[in-house]
Amino acid sequence: MPLIAVISYVFFKGIGAFSFDFFTQLPMPVGDPGGGMANAIVGTFILVGLACLVGLPIGIFGGIWLAQYGSGKRGFFIRYSADVLSSLPSIVIGIFAYVLIVATMKRFSAIAGGFALGIIMIPVVTRTTEEMVKMVPRTLYEAGLALGLPEWKVALRIVFRTAWNGIFTGVILAVARIMGETAPLIFTAFNTMYWNLQIDQPMASMTVQIYNYAISPFDEWHAKAWAGSLTIILIVFLITVVVRKYSKRVYYG
Amino acid sequence: MKQGDVWFKGFIFAFAASIPLILFSLVGVLLFWAWPAIRHFGWGFIIGTAWDPLADNYGALPFIYGTVMSSLIALVIAVPLGLGCAIFISEVYKSKFREYVAVMVELLAAIPSVVYGLWGIFVLAPFSANYLQPMLKGLFGFLPLFQGPSSGPSLLTGGIILAIMILPTITALSREVLQAVPYSLRESAMALGATRWETFKLAVFGPASSGIIGAVILGLGRALGETMAVTMVIGNRPQISGSLFAPAYSLSAVIANEFAEAVTELNLSVLIELALILLVITIVVNGLARYLVWQTTIKN
Repeated sequence: MPLIAVISYVFFKGIGAFSFDFFTQLPMPVGDPGGGMANAIVGTFILVGLACLVGLPIGIFGGIWLAQYGSGKRGFFIRYSADVLSSLPSIVIGIFAYVLIVATMKRFSAIAGGFALGIIMIPVVTRTTEEMVKMVPRTLYEAGLALGLPEWKVALRIVFRTAWNGIFTGVILAVARIMGETAPLIFTAFNTMYWNLQIDQPMASMTVQIYNYAISPFDEWHAKAWAGSLTIILIVFLITVVVRKYSKRVYYG
Repeated sequence: MKQGDVWFKGFIFAFAASIPLILFSLVGVLLFWAWPAIRHFGWGFIIGTAWDPLADNYGALPFIYGTVMSSLIALVIAVPLGLGCAIFISEVYKSKFREYVAVMVELLAAIPSVVYGLWGIFVLAPFSANYLQPMLKGLFGFLPLFQGPSSGPSLLTGGIILAIMILPTITALSREVLQAVPYSLRESAMALGATRWETFKLAVFGPASSGIIGAVILGLGRALGETMAVTMVIGNRPQISGSLFAPAYSLSAVIANEFAEAVTELNLSVLIELALILLVITIVVNGLARYLVWQTTIKN
């Protein structure tokens, strides 16, 4: 019920403000007609890309280690830390990024935003990688060893490649999740009304833009906020649905 | 072991080990930055009610109150609904419906919280002020909780939006716990002549109860840390009022609103200390929940 209520409302409010300009133009000051959030859409993707640079290596390699060697005390400890990390409020992680990066660089930047989002990704990616690697049959691993391959080659070439489809699904779902994050971006990537492709400068993102529009007193901006919401929901749903379908085909056929 | 293996193992272990490292440095860094505020105010900070950044006078109690109360309201609404839904799916109606709900839960969880907040501002808050609050006042007006003037952005509205957001978590997890109860338990209760309701009460709910409590607490953990939607509808006024209709403020909301424009060093430090308080609350709550869920699923 609430799902239908929220989605249909966003849909009807959002579709009205949709236009070609919305996806291709910069935000306009109040009063000027037109304008869009093209910079925010691009900014969101750049931020997610930066987050992947931080989150993917740690998540994937860490997950492989947990699956292959993480049965002892060290593994338990690392798994436990990942669980704690995943339960932290994202705003706290945002503050961590602020203190580490924004405070030292003395300005808001996309790097800090990407760093915060990357940390949010890590536990999700780690745990899915671990599950997927564990699902690879032990016999495959042993067959590789029997052929005289060193362990690391077996791990990367055989086990990792077999598990890759599942891992990829997990990664995409993690990306869909961090796309919707707002709180850690408010004081890391901040926001901007202009084009910016430099990652050491403030960068716009859809969610922060929606937030700013939503709490503003202007009707035009409210309409933009609805359109932005519809855009981001559509992107996230599309990702989720496509990945689900694709991953099912991989598992059963 | 071959040379390459040693290298490989060390290489991926470095990545794995960086996870606890990040966690510890996060806590350490926050402590370091919050230290001036902790030293300046001591324990009095937690029970203080002042909030005046210009005079550098701070207290955290209104925010702790807002965070805890809005989460409790969310639980009061979401637990019966979520549990009912989970029981319905796992015990009563077992066919295709299950997959629908799984997909729905996933989609609901995928909606960014800022969108919930937007919906909250323009749909829920007016509804709450114009219809819900007068109705509650009429029904339960003799309780101090339901007195006072209605206002759209309020503790109650914040609680309702949180309830909507944690509903999928509670439903999905308690369904999982219910389904982990072995089927033989149900069959033996049926064989003893129990009705369907008795079977559920004795054979299913008993063994699953600690897991369900865990699911509920995990939902509580979500609600405590949630930021954007709450910030947008809770009213953002640092006060403690006996009424649920009054505006309030939560820990995460004050951080989101004031962090980027902290005026003094001490102000920044105070906000980081608020984040630390939030961190401690969520870690404790989540640890408890995980312990309970884990206990049930391991036992079965």
